[in-house]
Amino acid sequence: MKVRVTVMLKDGVLDPQGKAIAHALHVLDFGSVGEVRAGRVIELEIAETDADKARAQGDAMARALLANLVIEDFTVEVVA
Amino acid sequence: MKAGIVVFPGTNRERDMAIALKRVTGQAPAMLWHRDTTLPKLDLIVLPGGFSHGDYLRCGAMAAHAPLMAEVRAFAAAGGHILGVCNGFQILTEAQILPGALLRNANLRFLSQDCHLRVERADTAFTRLWAKGDVFRTPMAHGDGNYVADPATIERLEGEGRVAFRYARPDGTVAADDQAHNPNGSLNAIAGVFSENLRICGMMPHPEDLVDPLMGGEDGKPLFAGLVEALGR
Repeated sequence: MKVRVTVMLKDGVLDPQGKAIAHALHVLDFGSVGEVRAGRVIELEIAETDADKARAQGDAMARALLANLVIEDFTVEVVA
Repeated sequence: MKAGIVVFPGTNRERDMAIALKRVTGQAPAMLWHRDTTLPKLDLIVLPGGFSHGDYLRCGAMAAHAPLMAEVRAFAAAGGHILGVCNGFQILTEAQILPGALLRNANLRFLSQDCHLRVERADTAFTRLWAKGDVFRTPMAHGDGNYVADPATIERLEGEGRVAFRYARPDGTVAADDQAHNPNGSLNAIAGVFSENLRICGMMPHPEDLVDPLMGGEDGKPLFAGLVEALGR
């Protein structure tokens, strides 16, 4: 199954990359854009047929390595 | 002082560190490969700078799980002394041996320049040849040195005197919002922290790159000479 882990900086953690993207978008005349946050998407092919078990494995991998819980939050979804 | 330097794929400051250590101990430190599973008998482990595993995912994230890091963790738990510089500091935070994390520099630039550090306490093996409040010059070279931790952790670090060094002006004043003198945007201008037992020190700048007049100064040498004093030659 394919599991998608999305890792984002926690609310309140300054995201200089997001700020730079927002600035560039303003330069391109996308004046409506407010705060921009940049994160990371990781797709995992997992040898598992049960969606709940696949999700649980994605969760465990995120906690062990994919996200740093000091600064980041993550979500896990089964996509296929 | 028998020192060992852990080398990961992508580490590139291990020779600078070896030169600095040899200068004060007279003997070459052991080079330890990250896939090793045993440590020789050591008084000091150093995690040097570089770009372990290409800085993929997050700086130090993969290195923190290297086989040898289990031994490093056991060495730490047994009260061993560990110095982590630059990528080494990032690895120690990723391994949760030291608190906090190092984010992208606030201005998004890789910063390769000199900075000044203020010594926050002098009663540790790493800082004993300085006095509290002393300022020394040291090079820094990193893209991710912006120290952060949650407010409770920062309060605990400050309360327990576990800030080792702060970025400062040459006169010793610290202004966290002054980008010229807190170049990466670190919280409270924190450049280095100690473990609870003060035997593990992580810092972003490179004191090992200023230990010889040929390098332009010896401003970083007291750190290494102090370790030898504390841990024996």
